[in-house]
Amino acid sequence: MKRLLPLLLILVPLSSIAETPEEKGLAIAIEADRRDRGWHDQTTDLIMILKNKHGQESRRQIRTRAMEVENDGDKSLTIFDEPRDVKGTALLSFSHKVANDDQWLYLPALKRVKRIASANKSGAFMGSEFAYEDVSSQEVEKYTYKYLRDESLDGQPTFVVERYPVSKYSGYTRQVTWIDQAEYRVLKVDYYDRKNAALKTLTFKRYQQYLDQYWRAHEMYMINHQTGKSTLLQWSNFKFKTGLTSRDFDKNSLKRVR
Amino acid sequence: MALENRYFPEDALSSAQHDNYLSIAAEPEYYRDWDDGRQSFTFVPFVRIDQYDDERTHADIRELEWIKAAAEHEWRIGVRKVFWGVTEFQHLVDIINQTDAVENVDGEDKLGQPMINFALIKEWGTLDLFALVGFRERTFPGEEGRFRTTPPVDPDQSDFESSAEKDHIDLAIRWSRALGDWDIGVYHFSGTSRDPRFTIGIADGAPVLVPFYDQIDQTGIDVQATKGNWLWKLEAIRRSGQGDSFAAATGGFEYTFVRVAESDIDMGILSEYLFDDRDEDALTPFEDDLALGVRLTFNDAQSTELLFGVIADLDDDARVWGLEASRRLQESWKLSVEARVFSDIPAEDFFLFGLRDDDFIQVQLARFF
Repeated sequence: MKRLLPLLLILVPLSSIAETPEEKGLAIAIEADRRDRGWHDQTTDLIMILKNKHGQESRRQIRTRAMEVENDGDKSLTIFDEPRDVKGTALLSFSHKVANDDQWLYLPALKRVKRIASANKSGAFMGSEFAYEDVSSQEVEKYTYKYLRDESLDGQPTFVVERYPVSKYSGYTRQVTWIDQAEYRVLKVDYYDRKNAALKTLTFKRYQQYLDQYWRAHEMYMINHQTGKSTLLQWSNFKFKTGLTSRDFDKNSLKRVR
Repeated sequence: MALENRYFPEDALSSAQHDNYLSIAAEPEYYRDWDDGRQSFTFVPFVRIDQYDDERTHADIRELEWIKAAAEHEWRIGVRKVFWGVTEFQHLVDIINQTDAVENVDGEDKLGQPMINFALIKEWGTLDLFALVGFRERTFPGEEGRFRTTPPVDPDQSDFESSAEKDHIDLAIRWSRALGDWDIGVYHFSGTSRDPRFTIGIADGAPVLVPFYDQIDQTGIDVQATKGNWLWKLEAIRRSGQGDSFAAATGGFEYTFVRVAESDIDMGILSEYLFDDRDEDALTPFEDDLALGVRLTFNDAQSTELLFGVIADLDDDARVWGLEASRRLQESWKLSVEARVFSDIPAEDFFLFGLRDDDFIQVQLARFF
């Protein structure tokens, strides 16, 4: 063991020198994911404020429930309270690491559960500037990565990592992410469309830590540079480990939730 | 709460009918849950007042139910609405609730059905058992209403195969589960047919159609495969007890083009084939028909949607054209437009022939509370 030690001491710095930008980008994504594991389940309230380029606002009120699934993407349930004509509508989503997510939409007027084509990743979520792929569970395997540089963002040291969606259905060629070096939280994302033109910027604000581990942003602001439209998400009432099970994320519960 | 105006551009078949109908409808909801959301109570009454049609002026309890959910089962007891199926142009397998046919010709409005429903929820799927207590007769437009047969239906003389009549308890069992990209349901129903046959009767010295409700056994299956932007759909039934046994099916696809021409608009192309092996004797106008449709979802702040479609009879020139569009106004209003055109309906097509002059355009303004 004693003889190995000097060898290891040499190997460690060597390997970090040899790390390619792709390996470093992936390592940062894996570390961010590792730090956010073990929350089991969470519930939140969400207010979405949509603004068009003339400044006219429209508001949506939503509740979300999510649970971690071992060796797969999260399960989530999104319940719409406002606008009132969609009250009772709910979306059940099983995200997967690489395969398309499974999604069912419940339409309360018809009592109908509709399985929807979740290859529709780039479609707008609730008419907002967020696409389905922006609000679905962010699994490491959904992208490949490339570390670009270290940079200071609003006084915080960050890693700037570019990531490339794996799915051919994605609306993006690439996303540039700013991840703070202290806590591995995403602070900002620049989205580039299929033609590689700057499309949107998402900024995360008002991070708060829960259960001494999990950081959650309470404000997310997405601006579309091409249309001038924007969407503000205001999150509140985070609760963790509430005891939700997979039974709370099936088609039977989808029909029951209000 | 909704205000509706229906305009019929063609002259009515009967002088008792009108060209323009105003109506107002309300559907309030009372909901409470307790026991950490495991138990809930819902009450949804419905009422419509129509300017002319006394039968369309009606009230119903759409829902009055208690639900209790546990880890591996659910009890759902009371008046409820249950939907089964996957296709868009007709809902063959959907059988639990009676159609509230005075509401619209599309058959999507349903009357509340009293029931006891026990669901067993396991790894291998959900098994639903139903005891349907108290049969609901179909509603039919009155003499002054459009979308009616000639002569009109007289529901007061309705006749039943079962001596228990409306008190016959109907039973149903259904297994369903999602398996990867597949959603599958299989069921058997034994009881009073929701679709009546008709006999000729007399009321006040004039001929009327009298509904006759058979006792039937029906087995059905519904399957959807979700593959990328493709949805593949199939519904099929086999029914006995209503004349000769027969089979019917609807199958097809919906393909979605996401963000057409770099806009936010999604465009879906739908096509379904509608089949009934009773052929011309079918209790439906769709026995060998091809349906085509286009769905536009604008993904804007007002949730603007548009669905345009046609059902074409492959044996003659009969076509049913349809348009449905809706858009939110402000935060709590919604404007909906619906239009239907019945073209080249032959006299042999009993169900559509009565509607041959009932092309309409309807505008509805709804306020949500």
